[in-house]
Amino acid sequence: MTDMPQIALRNVTHAYKTDDGPLPVLRDLNIDIPEGEFCAVVGPSGCGKSTLTRLIAGLMRADEGDVILHGEMVKGPKNTVGMAFQNPVLLEWRTIMDNVLLPLEIVPTKLTKAQQRERAMSLLELVGLRGFEDKRPSELSGGMRQRASLCRAIVHKPEVLILDEPFGALDAFTREDLWQTMHNLRAEEPFTALLITHDLRESIFLADEVVVLSGRPATAQYKLKVTFEGERKLDDLYTQKATDMLSILRHQIEIAQGRVPNDNSGGEAA
Amino acid sequence: MSRRQFNQILVPTIAVVVFLLLWELLVWANGWPNYVMASPSDLWPAYVRFSGLFVEASWETLWRTVAGLGLAIIFGTLIGMIMGFSRTMRDALYPLLVGFNAIPKATVVPIMALLFVGQHDFNTVMLAFMISFFPIAVSVSIGLSTLEPEYRDILRSLGASKLTIFWKIALPKTLPEFFGALKVAVTLAFIGTNLMEIVSPHGRGLGALFDSGKTNSDYPLMFAVLIVLAALGILLFYVVVFLERIFAGWAERRET
Ligand SMILES: Nc1ncnc2c1ncn2[C@@H]1O[C@H](COP(=O)(O)OP(=O)(O)O)[C@@H](O)[C@H]1O
Ligand SMILES: [Mg+2]
Repeated sequence: MTDMPQIALRNVTHAYKTDDGPLPVLRDLNIDIPEGEFCAVVGPSGCGKSTLTRLIAGLMRADEGDVILHGEMVKGPKNTVGMAFQNPVLLEWRTIMDNVLLPLEIVPTKLTKAQQRERAMSLLELVGLRGFEDKRPSELSGGMRQRASLCRAIVHKPEVLILDEPFGALDAFTREDLWQTMHNLRAEEPFTALLITHDLRESIFLADEVVVLSGRPATAQYKLKVTFEGERKLDDLYTQKATDMLSILRHQIEIAQGRVPNDNSGGEAA
Repeated sequence: MSRRQFNQILVPTIAVVVFLLLWELLVWANGWPNYVMASPSDLWPAYVRFSGLFVEASWETLWRTVAGLGLAIIFGTLIGMIMGFSRTMRDALYPLLVGFNAIPKATVVPIMALLFVGQHDFNTVMLAFMISFFPIAVSVSIGLSTLEPEYRDILRSLGASKLTIFWKIALPKTLPEFFGALKVAVTLAFIGTNLMEIVSPHGRGLGALFDSGKTNSDYPLMFAVLIVLAALGILLFYVVVFLERIFAGWAERRET
C-alpha cells in the first residue's frame, strides 16, 4: 500500500478521566502524513499536542477513531518509532555514546557491536558532536544534549520520528542551529516526521505541512502547505512569502486561542 | 599524595587528636574522678586488659549489623518497588510503615526477647533490620514514583518491558537516593544491634561489653567501648560512601 499515508489519524477522539469527570482533549482529529513528509503541529498550550504524540507512539489508546501507522492500526508501542522530547532525558550515568546506543539494546538489530558504534558515531558526527562520545550528559550544554537525544531517536532507523517541542527550551540561536541540524539529518536519513512546536518560524522552516490545532478539545483547524524554492536557508524566513505564511498561521493561532472569531471558509482550511 | 588526598586524611586525623586533647584537658581541669568521666589516657589500659574481648565483641556487633542491614536492603528495596510502581499499594502501605517506624524500638526489644527466647543472634539481626529498613523503602519508592514519565516513554515507545525499564532506567536513576538512605540506615542498624546487645540478658557484642562495664562500675571500660563503637560506625559509614562512589559516582557534581 504505497498510496497509504505513513501516519494517518481518522476521527480521533480522546478524553482523559480526571477527578472532575472526563476532560475531552481531542475531537474528530484528522491528519494524514505521507511517507517521507515532515509535518509540524502547532496549537494553543494544553490543547492536546502531547496527547497526540502519545497516541501515535502507541503509549496509549484513543477512545474513538483510528491511529494508523504504515497501514496498520496502532495497538501498542512499535519499535519503528523514534521519539524526542523537550527534556532530552539522557541517562546521566551513561556516556553520550551509550545513550545513543540505548534503543539498539531494545530493538532487535543485525548490526554487530562495532557496526552499532560506527552508526552512532556517524550520527554524532552529523549533528556536530564528534569528540563528545565519551562525555557524560552533565558535561554538555542544553543544545548539545538535545543533539544527542536526536541521535538516540533515530539510531535504530525508525520509519516515524516524533518530536514533542524538542527545541522549546533552547535559546534562539541554538534553536536555529538545531533547525539546520534537523535538515542535515533529513537529508541523510529517510523518516516521516511529526514535530510539535510553539514556534511558527520553526514550523515553516522545517515542515512540508503545518497543522494548526484548535483549542481543547483539539481538532485540525487549519492546514498550510509550505513550499520554498530549493534548499531551505534561514534567509528564507525573511522573505515576503514567509512573512505571509507566518501571518496566516499567527491569525489561525489567535482563532484557536479564541481571541478572534473563526472566519475560515474553504481555501486551505481543514 | 595530592593536596586533596592530604586534606582528606590529615584534616580529620588532626580533628580527632584535637578532640581527644580537649577531652583530656576538660577532665584534668575539673579534676573529675574516673567514675564521673574517664579521660582518654585511662582508656588505653582498658583496651590492653580486655583486648581479646574487644576483638570478639566488635566482630559480633559488626556481622550482626551488616546482616540486619543486608535484610533491610533486600526487604526495603522490595517494599519500595511495590510502593513505587503501584499507587494503590503506596496508599495502603505508607501509613502502616510510618506507624511501624514511629514505634520506639526500645519497646520492641523485650517483646522480641520474649518471643524468641535465647535466639540472641536472630533477635539482634532482626532489630537492626527493623530499625533500618524504613529509610530504604521510602527512598526507593520516592525514587521510582518521581521518575519523569519521559524517561519511561523513551524505552516504552520501543516496546521495552517493565522489567527492562526498571533495570535500565528506574534502578540506576534511583541509586543516588538509595545510597543517601543507606547512609542513614547503616547508622540506624548499628544502633539497633547495640540496643539489643545492651538490653537483652546474656547478650554478646560491644553492647554487652558496655553493659558488663556498667555492672562492674568499670567506667574506663564503658568509655573505651563507646570509642570503639564510634570507630566502627565511622568504618561502616565510609564503606557505604565508598560503594556510593563506585555505583552512583555519576551523580556527584563535578568540581570545575
Ligand atoms: N494523564 C493525564 N490525565 C489527565 N489529564 C491530562 C493528562 N495528560 C494531559 N492532561 C491534560 O490534557 C490536556 C492536554 O494535554 P497535552 O496533550 O499535554 O497538551 P499540550 O501538549 O498541547 O500542551 C491538558 O489540559 C492536560 O492538563
Ligand atoms: Mg505538550
